[in-house]
Amino acid sequence: MICEKTKIALENLFASKGVEETIEPEPVQEVETAGENVDEKQQELPRPDGVIERDYSVHGYHLDAQVPPDLLIDAVKIVDEGEFFIESITGVDWIKENQLEIIYDFSRYDFDLCRVVIRTRIARDNPEIPTITTIYAGANWHERETRDFFGINFVGHPHLVPLLLPEDADFHPLLKDFKA
Amino acid sequence: MNLTLLNVIVAVVIAIAFAALNAAYLVWAERRGAARIQRRPGPNINGPFGLLQPPLDGIKLMAKQLTTPGGADKVLFIAAPVLAMFPAIMSFVTIPFSDTIVAKNMNVGVLMIFAFASMGSMSLVFAGWSSRNKYSMMSSVRAVSQAVAYEIPMLITTITVVMIAGSTDLMEIVNQQSPSILHWNIFPLLGNSHNLLMPLSFLIFFTCTLAETNRAPFDLGEAESELVAGFHTEYGSMGFGLFFMGEYANIVIGSCMTTILFLGGWSCPFGLFPGVWWFIIKLYILIATFIWIRWTFPRTTIYGLLNLSWKILIPLSLFNLLFTAGLIKVF
Amino acid sequence: MNAPVETNAPIEIQPDETFILNVGPQHPATHGVLRVKMEMNGEYIVDAETVIGYIHRMHEKMGEIKTYPQFLMNLSRMDYLGALGYSHGHVLVVEKASAIEVPERAEYIRAIMVELNRIASHLFWFGAFVMDLGGFSPLMYALQDREHILDMLEAVTGSRLTYCYFRFGGVYNDIDDDFISAARKFIPRMRKSLKKYHKLVTGNIIFRKRLEGVAPLSKEICRKYGASSAVARGSGINFDVRKNEPYSVYPEFDFDIPVYHECDSMARYMVRMDEIEQSLRIVEQGLAKLPDGPVMPKKKPKIIKPPAGDYYQAVETARGSFGVRLVSDGDKIPYRLKLRSPTYSNMHLFDEACKGMMIMDALAFMGSLDLVIPEIDR
Repeated sequence: MICEKTKIALENLFASKGVEETIEPEPVQEVETAGENVDEKQQELPRPDGVIERDYSVHGYHLDAQVPPDLLIDAVKIVDEGEFFIESITGVDWIKENQLEIIYDFSRYDFDLCRVVIRTRIARDNPEIPTITTIYAGANWHERETRDFFGINFVGHPHLVPLLLPEDADFHPLLKDFKA
Repeated sequence: MNLTLLNVIVAVVIAIAFAALNAAYLVWAERRGAARIQRRPGPNINGPFGLLQPPLDGIKLMAKQLTTPGGADKVLFIAAPVLAMFPAIMSFVTIPFSDTIVAKNMNVGVLMIFAFASMGSMSLVFAGWSSRNKYSMMSSVRAVSQAVAYEIPMLITTITVVMIAGSTDLMEIVNQQSPSILHWNIFPLLGNSHNLLMPLSFLIFFTCTLAETNRAPFDLGEAESELVAGFHTEYGSMGFGLFFMGEYANIVIGSCMTTILFLGGWSCPFGLFPGVWWFIIKLYILIATFIWIRWTFPRTTIYGLLNLSWKILIPLSLFNLLFTAGLIKVF
Repeated sequence: MNAPVETNAPIEIQPDETFILNVGPQHPATHGVLRVKMEMNGEYIVDAETVIGYIHRMHEKMGEIKTYPQFLMNLSRMDYLGALGYSHGHVLVVEKASAIEVPERAEYIRAIMVELNRIASHLFWFGAFVMDLGGFSPLMYALQDREHILDMLEAVTGSRLTYCYFRFGGVYNDIDDDFISAARKFIPRMRKSLKKYHKLVTGNIIFRKRLEGVAPLSKEICRKYGASSAVARGSGINFDVRKNEPYSVYPEFDFDIPVYHECDSMARYMVRMDEIEQSLRIVEQGLAKLPDGPVMPKKKPKIIKPPAGDYYQAVETARGSFGVRLVSDGDKIPYRLKLRSPTYSNMHLFDEACKGMMIMDALAFMGSLDLVIPEIDR
């Protein structure tokens, strides 16, 4: 139920954005059904933006949305309106593609189960992304932690200082080119 | 009683030794009692039943270095633990353990004990303020508001008893209660007044004693889980030891006063063989109750504590005072 | 008679009247190295900032440099009180990713073990929580009961606290008759003790006065911070991963999720106490239904190499919803392993929720969150 609604809302977001900026690829992925081979292909190539419905029994989540960084706030707002709670924020360093991926996990408290993963990719050289603390206050620590580990600058974050690492830490241990 | 100067000195020394010994061994009793309540053995290695624990603890504490935190007011910092122990010991001088065993009886004994008791909270203020520690400071502020709140109902209740006895002499108060158990101020069915509210007075007095001695559930000054150790956070060595012993000496004083004012002092409950043993038995039953309460109840909050005093205990004790005054006039 | 004072009454604050109080990193109420920088106005908290990371060990980096089996023991070092629940999440996600079949008996054993561990964790929390409120004795009583569980777990897993018992595909040691009879004996014993705890502690007037109506948490704040476990369930949110997203053999069991709608510290206390009873029910049913068979699958890949992809698994540990995100690139070491710890989110809302509280209530509230610091810091 809520899965369908959120999916449609997220697709509309892409569609509306797609009209404004024609560079945006149309969300063709919606036609595809989730499957193993599709996933593997997605991993090899940098995935285009769009929403995919994943197989819950394999991946452990239902909706997988890749959004460009400037659409992130809108996508999170959709999730917030759907009464999702924030599970975590984390990053992945795709060093071969020279990109950093930021993954936002959302889930629900009621029995209308739907796990949503919102991911966005930014350039490794200039890692900047708008903060979502204005929408989810609980993103505060998660964003600080992601900044600690990956050096991602969350623009507009109220208190972006190291959380888990020492106060004067200038290294980012989860970057793949980090040498201890 | 005709006491020579030598007699007085000996008596005072005995009283002080009694206080200090009690303070030391109550620590042992507390630990054994706590262990019993918590189903564990407690200190049982040093000597039979662990009875050598208190002197060994004392030696350990004395062997430690006494450190003063930087920027602390040294004079007050050192004066505070002494001030915690001194009034408690001094009060013992005037407490009658039986009709003969008393170091120096005074006809204003009640007044003297309360005067010294209120000095106890001074030591907490000194300790908290001079430590230059925020936790200690908060603790001493709490201790003062607590002392103010609980001294009032305690004094009012004492005045009720003094009114019934017609004297501030502790000996005289006990003598009034000695004929039988029904003359005791806790259930005064015979004697001067027939006030059925006196058990309530006893409870008020006992609660106030708990609060005045900073014992659980009113140990907000110490409150280890919030204020680390409260006013004695910065104290180590014998400074801490004196605070610790002062607390137990205060418990003994509080229990002595409860025994004298409400439980008929050294008089026997059945009217037979009065003597110091009855006093001791009553005293230690009360002290055991202190220990029992401490290990059973969680701590109250500071607003709960102040509400209890100002909204319940003070009005009740005032009412009881008026009621007793009326009864004395009638009978 | 003694009407509770409104602890959240607005106070006017002059900026120069406040002082900073450092609660921690070494403080009796924080149960570990946690620091809360509180701006105080007398006894009232104006503002609070939690500082964590004092025992940060970078488990996630270790996950990226160790192979899958090598990382198994790291999970129990996260939460030393309810360690098995965390291992469960990890083995489940790897099994899901690399499609390893788990024998039914192994799944039952896992569920029984996790539930026993949950009871042990809740017992310790119960004692420590009452100690936070100034009552010392319940801790000793709770530890005695917990000792029985630890003895049972030690006999099977080989360790008392930091277990490394689950393997990919099953468990490393089958349970024996001694364990089963000990567990059967433990259940009625624990039920009896639970009744005793309620008599001793729950009904105590001072205890109730300190908890009822203190530290209310709305549903909204829980959602915005992603709270789970008793923190969410005490605020009227019926959320338990075991029911919402059934995993392992939990759908086979008949148990309830205690939910309280009072939103205060008392509700959180009651949820955990009721959870002990529900866990006992699961253990009871698990022992009755326990199937025969092997505890490790017959065929299992020698080297675990999950296919490339992004996998997520949430489990309900003693402290709440624990999630493992595994990003694999098909190698024998994970490309990225994210551990989502529940107390991290639960603790985060402390900063916002404790504003305007008195320090005593705030520390009671902190106790009701059930903190295990190594689990926050990872």
